[in-house]
Amino acid sequence: MIHKYKLNGYGVVLDVCSGAVYCVDDVTYDILDYLEDSVEENIDKSIIERLNGKYSDREIREAYDELYSAFKGGLIFSKDRCKDEVGSELLNSPIKAMCINISHDCNMSCEYCFASKGDFGCTRELMTFDTAKKCIDFLVVNSQGRRNLEVEFFGGEPLMAFDTVKKTVEYARGLEEKYNKNFRFTITTNGILLDDDKINFINKEMSTVVLSLDGRKEINDKMRKTLGDQGTYDRIIPKFKRLVELRGGENYYIRGTFTKNNLDFSEDILHIYNLGFNKISVEPVVGEEYTDYTIDKDDLGDVLREYEKLLKIVYDMKKRGSNIDFYRFNIDLKRSPCAIKRLKGCSCGNEFIAVVPNGDIFPCHQFVGEEKFTMGNVNAGTFNGELKKAFSEMNMYKKSKCSECWARMFCGGGCNANNVHYTGDIKKPYSLLCEIEKKRIECALMLNVALSEQRT
Amino acid sequence: MAHLKIVNGSDLIRCTAEGGCGECQVSCQSAVKTSSAVANQKCENKAEKSKAE
Ligand code: SF4
Repeated sequence: MIHKYKLNGYGVVLDVCSGAVYCVDDVTYDILDYLEDSVEENIDKSIIERLNGKYSDREIREAYDELYSAFKGGLIFSKDRCKDEVGSELLNSPIKAMCINISHDCNMSCEYCFASKGDFGCTRELMTFDTAKKCIDFLVVNSQGRRNLEVEFFGGEPLMAFDTVKKTVEYARGLEEKYNKNFRFTITTNGILLDDDKINFINKEMSTVVLSLDGRKEINDKMRKTLGDQGTYDRIIPKFKRLVELRGGENYYIRGTFTKNNLDFSEDILHIYNLGFNKISVEPVVGEEYTDYTIDKDDLGDVLREYEKLLKIVYDMKKRGSNIDFYRFNIDLKRSPCAIKRLKGCSCGNEFIAVVPNGDIFPCHQFVGEEKFTMGNVNAGTFNGELKKAFSEMNMYKKSKCSECWARMFCGGGCNANNVHYTGDIKKPYSLLCEIEKKRIECALMLNVALSEQRT
Repeated sequence: MAHLKIVNGSDLIRCTAEGGCGECQVSCQSAVKTSSAVANQKCENKAEKSKAE
């Protein structure tokens, strides 16, 4: 299976199963219209006849011969060998990552917050240090065979429980040598409570920081408000700048959300860049029911066009040497993950879990509060291995639409929580998000193609 | 080749034979938080190798 498209004047061909990516000229692009899943040694005369008015006989034959040698080398129309060869490895894996919802409370009140104003629809609560310790112990015990462990401090607003964050990090560091583990901590914050002490601790201990900001002041302040209904832009920008500067501009993301209010979100990304932040992730708002700001299928055309517009902007900037890094366009083909990783896709409930202040365990932060997805409790020492097994089996081949999709090796089969929430079936991806994801992958591959052309 | 330029080779075929080590970052496809989506992941082995080089 191949996928081909043109973007910004580049013809791009992805060989889905091998992962090979090509930049092709027009004649090759057009020949591919007449090839289904193989390339014969000798060109079918009807192909030449159909393309003759457009290209010379020699051009067509040359391009065809190149396609044939790629085919012989197994790099175009390659077969899906993964299913047979790595299928057996797609089973239960050790739990190696945990989202600790250290605070089910928030000092902001964002219109679109999926955590329902910080409390995830439950009571406002901060996690005790005792429970946080049990989280770390749980991870150490259940991560047999894995050295690198990830802990994400999430909320609500995790800085509201910063003492517990600090103590938890110190506790975990104290276990690293004994158990041969390497903890990587990350934190997501709205920035309101940042001060120099917190910034220094974060910059010393957190391998990644996610800073929430939506972009232009009027866009940010319309959705991201304090409890007193004030905009937050002016308060957080200086703090984010200081944090990023003190960490040398590395390993952070400014994380924004776009809604119906800013379908021109490329402006927000540029705004964030012009503030001095080059690592930017801006994602569509997803909501369970349609609201006046939720992206719906009527917006899809605008959203896809905006990604293309953004691609042109990012491409031009990169050509001029800019270091802009837009998360969704950032696919590093040289260091891409192995097939098993791609086939597993979403790690939730299997390698990754979320724990809330009372110790309850969920497959991920997006399932928090849903009783039928409660996996156990770290304080009670309970864990539902059957539910974990069910999640571990949720790989791409179980999702019929995904196993036929050209984007599968980059998308990994979507977000399991979104599937459950939007289609009611974990195996069925939500088509609106599929279209958005496919466009972003096309953009990211085109950037790889264009920038490699520039280098040659 | 003049008509067909490869930007990256048959990465997935090579990886299929080797199998996964499981040490890379977990993936979160929704990108709500700090984990990467599969497309943005970086292979831990390749990272180690390039550091060593
Ligand atoms: S979730 Fe959608 S885009 Fe992703 S692999 Fe499945 S069908 Fe394709």
